[in-house]
Amino acid sequence: MTGSLSFRAAVVSIALLVAFLLAWHLATRGIGPVQPMDPEYAKLMGATATQGKSAMPGPLDVGAKLWEHLKSPFYDKGPNDKGVGIQLAYSLGRVLTGYLLAVLFAIPIGFLIGMSPLMSKALDPYIQILKPISPLAWMPLALYTIKDSGLSAIFVIFICSLWPMMINTAFGVAAVRKEWLNVARTLEVGTIRRAFTIILPAAAPTILTGMRISIGIAWLVIVAAEMLVGGTGIGYFVWNEWNNLSIVNVINAILFIGLVGMVLDQVLARLTRLVTFPE
Amino acid sequence: MSDKFISIEDISRSYPAPSGGKTTIFKNLWLPMKRGEFTCIIGHSGCGKTTVLNILAGLDVPSSGEVIVDGQAIEGPSLDRAVIFQSHALLPWRSVMGNVSYAVSSKWRKWPGAQIREQAQKFIDLVGLTGSEHKKPAELSGGMKQRVGIARALSIEPKIMLMDEPFSALDALTRGTLQDEVRRICQTTGQTVFMITHDVDEAIYLADKIVLMTNGPGAVLAEIVENPLPRDRKRTDFHKHPLYYSVRNHIIDFLVERSRTFVANTKDFNPRNVPVVVPRAVEPSLAASDGPRLRATQTGTN
Repeated sequence: MTGSLSFRAAVVSIALLVAFLLAWHLATRGIGPVQPMDPEYAKLMGATATQGKSAMPGPLDVGAKLWEHLKSPFYDKGPNDKGVGIQLAYSLGRVLTGYLLAVLFAIPIGFLIGMSPLMSKALDPYIQILKPISPLAWMPLALYTIKDSGLSAIFVIFICSLWPMMINTAFGVAAVRKEWLNVARTLEVGTIRRAFTIILPAAAPTILTGMRISIGIAWLVIVAAEMLVGGTGIGYFVWNEWNNLSIVNVINAILFIGLVGMVLDQVLARLTRLVTFPE
Repeated sequence: MSDKFISIEDISRSYPAPSGGKTTIFKNLWLPMKRGEFTCIIGHSGCGKTTVLNILAGLDVPSSGEVIVDGQAIEGPSLDRAVIFQSHALLPWRSVMGNVSYAVSSKWRKWPGAQIREQAQKFIDLVGLTGSEHKKPAELSGGMKQRVGIARALSIEPKIMLMDEPFSALDALTRGTLQDEVRRICQTTGQTVFMITHDVDEAIYLADKIVLMTNGPGAVLAEIVENPLPRDRKRTDFHKHPLYYSVRNHIIDFLVERSRTFVANTKDFNPRNVPVVVPRAVEPSLAASDGPRLRATQTGTN
């Protein structure tokens, strides 16, 4: 029965895609008014004015460009013309660096907050204030203090990944069942061993859920951060192509951002399933 | 004294009442237990049985008084006192072997892995779970989970086993089998056991002494019933023993009536000297008349 459900869902998905592409194609196929003009003058005008072509690229234009990107994703022809693969790699590098730094801070601090009611109460006001700050608001401060745009972007990723992981870790650690802790107590298990053999496995699903939320936010934020810091990365690519008025490339970039985001989410979802235990 | 392996000495437990003042759950409990003795405690919900067990385990502390085990006052939990939890409390991310060997490796930290597994396997075999070593708790039935809990408790070779209604969540058939297992294991290993139960038959089958606790708040130990049934009783026929109904009726009478009225009706109650009762057979002539249906001899503990 599930097989047939998946099959029917796939049929509906494909039908929706086809309908969307068809509507897109029809809407941009170019039936605008064409004005007769001097050929010399026409060369200065865009295809919209001379051939009645839509200013919005159609699915075929985007598809052709997509094919170009896929054929050579890693070319490098100078600072403003790099393959989309290279740009994505830059973005991924920043995201993973900032994210892993955040893991190193968030999980131990989350453990501390979860295990100690004192630290939980003491740190709560700071977390409550810092958490709702848009990570990009840190950017000027980061640029001013770090004096390096690449590192500033990493810092912004770090700060935005920190909170969901920290809060989830603290929650997961604080919610470890008392009976499991009592097992450890009756077995005279020390604090360190208890943290690694009882609390960590018990809280792991919650921690991983926080990590999954964080990687999603980090990938959202990197695009905006790179638009600001410039130079490299998929965010910069989007902005650069906007300045080039290449809507085809902007649409392609949007597609790539979505695909990479999905892959990151799926990796974390897979990891979460690995540490989840049935009860 | 040598016959007091465990000695509960004047423990009370109270907590601040919402209206101010204090609510006393139980007070002035004195109870000696001998080495190798199986003690069951029976009482209605809310009389603080689980708190007493947790104090024995070192997971909880009394408001006053103390518990002496083997000549030493309890200070926190110890590997000498294993607990079998009502909810089995297995670690769901570990297999059966993982759960038992976790306990073994906690007791003998320097043992190599093979020796730990060997010890764990011995007790997994003992509770009849051979072949299920690699299953996770979620794949086990309630009875099997409780077996793992028993194997885990026994594997650290404790001096005392503390059981909090270990069989209450099981169906009657599984409960019976596990009672047999526990009785067999305790008799062969000479284990000292303190167990909470609500099941009178379970207490009569398993226990050497059955401690009756009055209703809370302000619960006290009313009586220690010495089980008059022979030590080699079988689950299949112990209820046919002539003394079975004497014990059973005595306990049920207590639970139905005296657990409520005991404190008010017993003016000269001395908590240090809980009366020990040995139920005797109902004599036909007495049972027919309106005299007491049960004769009990009382002796002091101290």
